Amino acid sequence: MKINDAVFGVVLLALGIAVLWHVQAFAKIPGQNVGPALFPGSIAGGLIVCAMLLIVSGIRSRPRAPWFEGLPWIRSWRHVAAFAALLLATIAYILFSTSVGFLIVAPLGLAAMLVAFGAGRGTAMAVAIVGTIVIWYAFYKLLRVPLPWGVLERFAF
Amino acid sequence: MHDIGLALQMVFDPYNLWVMFAASLFGLFVGAVPGLTATMATALLVPVTFFMAPIPAIAAIVSATAMAIFAGDVPGCLLRMPGTPASAAYTDEAYAMTRKGQTELALGAGLVFSAIGGLFGTGVLIVSAPALADFALRFSSFEYFWLVLLGLSCAIVITSERPLKGMVSLMLGLLVACVGLGNPAGFPRFTFGSTELMGGIGLIPMMIGMFAVSEIIRFAVDTSPQMLIVDQPIGNVFNGMWTLTKRYPMQILRGNVVGTLVGALPGAGADIAAWMSYAISKKFSKEPEKFGTGHVEGIVESGSANNSALAGAWIPALVFGIPGDSITAIVIGVLYMKNMNPGPTLFTQNPQNIYAVYLLFIVANILMIPLGWLCIKAAKQILRVPRNVLMPLILLFCIVGTFAINNTVFDVGVMLIAGVVAYVLEENGFPSAPAILGVVLGGMLEENFISSMIKSDGNLLGFFSRPIAASLGALTLSAWFLPPVIRRLRRLAGA
Repeated sequence: MKINDAVFGVVLLALGIAVLWHVQAFAKIPGQNVGPALFPGSIAGGLIVCAMLLIVSGIRSRPRAPWFEGLPWIRSWRHVAAFAALLLATIAYILFSTSVGFLIVAPLGLAAMLVAFGAGRGTAMAVAIVGTIVIWYAFYKLLRVPLPWGVLERFAF
Repeated sequence: MHDIGLALQMVFDPYNLWVMFAASLFGLFVGAVPGLTATMATALLVPVTFFMAPIPAIAAIVSATAMAIFAGDVPGCLLRMPGTPASAAYTDEAYAMTRKGQTELALGAGLVFSAIGGLFGTGVLIVSAPALADFALRFSSFEYFWLVLLGLSCAIVITSERPLKGMVSLMLGLLVACVGLGNPAGFPRFTFGSTELMGGIGLIPMMIGMFAVSEIIRFAVDTSPQMLIVDQPIGNVFNGMWTLTKRYPMQILRGNVVGTLVGALPGAGADIAAWMSYAISKKFSKEPEKFGTGHVEGIVESGSANNSALAGAWIPALVFGIPGDSITAIVIGVLYMKNMNPGPTLFTQNPQNIYAVYLLFIVANILMIPLGWLCIKAAKQILRVPRNVLMPLILLFCIVGTFAINNTVFDVGVMLIAGVVAYVLEENGFPSAPAILGVVLGGMLEENFISSMIKSDGNLLGFFSRPIAASLGALTLSAWFLPPVIRRLRRLAGA
C-alpha cells in the first residue's frame, strides 16, 4: 500500500500531540528542572515538526501521488488471502494458544497458512503436522519452553 | 597470555565448535534463500542463543551472519535475485557472468574475497577496539551523549535518500524506548496501567517482528513472477582466484577498507558498504565500460566490502554499545541478556571474552571456505526448496521463539505489530535501521542527556565544556547542517 506522505504526517502529528499532552501529567522532581517528561516531550516536539514537513511535502506531490494507492497484490485474491492468513493465524495463536493448547492451534494455523500460500492440501497437512512436532520437540523438550497444553493438559508429558 | 589461553579454551570447546558448525549451515541456508536476510538469521537465532552460555551464543551469531552474507551471492549468480540485500549491488553483474559461462569465477570470487574481507575487518576490530576502549574509559556523560547523538545522526544521513523519513523512523524508535520504568526517574511512562508494559517493549520480540515477520509479509504479497534457475554444471570455484588476487590487489584493499569503515558507522551495514564499493570500483576502474556486462572486478571489491563491514560493525558495538548495523543492534540486546554489557569496561574486566570474540571471527571466516564450497555444490538443491512451504514454518518459529523469551503471548502481539508497522513504513520509504537504533540507544541517550543536564545545571553550553565533548558536539552539528548547506551551494553553482 502506497500512502501519501501527508497522510503519514497527519497520523504522526496526532501521535506527537497526544504524547505531548500525555507527558504533562508525569511527575515533577522537586528542585530539578529535568524530569521524566523532558525526553519524551522533546521527541514529541521533534515528531510534530517532522510531521508538518511531511504534510507539506505530501500536499506538494499531490496530483502525482494520490492519498492511497493499492499495490498490485490488492487486486490478486491469492495474495490477499496469504496476507490475511498470516495475520489471522498469528492473532489466533495469541488468543487461543493458552486455552486450547499449542499442539492444536499451531498445526491448524500452519495448515491454513500453507494452503493460502499455495501449497497443495496433502503437502499442507503433512508439513503442518511434522513442522509442529519438530518445533514443539525443539522448544518444549530440548529448550524447556513451557508451550501450553491447553485442553490436552491431561495428556501432558 | 593467561586470558588468551582461556579464550582458546572457550572457542575450541567441542560444544562451541558444534554450535559454530550448525549455525554456519543455518546461515548458508538462510543467506542462499532469496527473501531471507542475514539480519533475519540473527533475529531467528536469538531465542535459541537465549539458552546458551555467552560465547557459544555470540559464536552462533558471528558464524551465521558471515556465512549468510557470502551465501547471498549464490542466488544472485544463478537466479538474478540477491539472497540478502548485501549482494544486491552486484547481482546483475554476477548473473551476467553466469550467462557468459563464468559461474565458477563469479561464485569463487564471492567466496574467497568474502573470507578475506571478513578477516580484514576482524584485523581492524582487533587493532582498533582496545585502543578506542582505552580512550573511551575517560568519557563522561557529555561525551557519551554526543557520541550516541552522532551515531543516530549518521544513521539518518547515510541510510535514507530522504533524511526526513529517516528522522521520523528514529523518533518512533526513541518513543518506543521511552515506554516502561526504565528511565532515570524510574517513573512508569506510557504503560497505561499494563504490568506487561512496565518493563518496556521487549527488544527481541520487536526485532523478530521487524526483521523476520516483515519479510514474511513481503513474501506473502509479492507478485513478481518465479525466477528460473540457470542449469549449468559448476566446476572448481577456486580456479583463477590467485590470478584475480594478483590482478586486483588495490581493489581488494579498497573494498576491505571502505567496507570496514562503512560497517563501523552506525546504521550503515553490509548492504550499503557493497553499494558504495561497487560504485567506487566502477569510478576508479581502468575499464569502467565493462561493468554490468559480466566483469569480475566489481564483485571482487564489493564482495569483500560486505563481509568486512560485518566485522567493522562490531567495533562501535563492543566499545561504546552503539550498533554499527542492524545485526549488531540485535547483538547488543544479546550481550545485555548475557551480562556482557558492551562498553570500554568489557575490555578491562573480562578480556578473555573479547579475545574469544576475535577468535570466533577468525575461525568463522576460515570455516567459510570449505562450508561455502559445500553450499555452492548444494546450491541448486537449496534454491529448489519451496519458499511457500518455508515461510509459514518460519512464522511459527518466530512465534514460538518470541514466546520463549518471557513465556508470554503479549510479546507475540508486539512481534506482529512490529512486523506490520515495519512493512508499511518500509514500503513507503521510511528506513528501518534508524528506528531500531532509536530503540536500542534511546535509554542510553536519555540517561546521558539527563545526567549531563543535572551536572551542567540545565545550561546547554555545558555540553561543550570538555574538549572531546566539544569536538564530538561540533561533529554532530556538522553532520546535521553540512549536507543541506552543500546541497544548497551545489544548486547555486549549477544555476
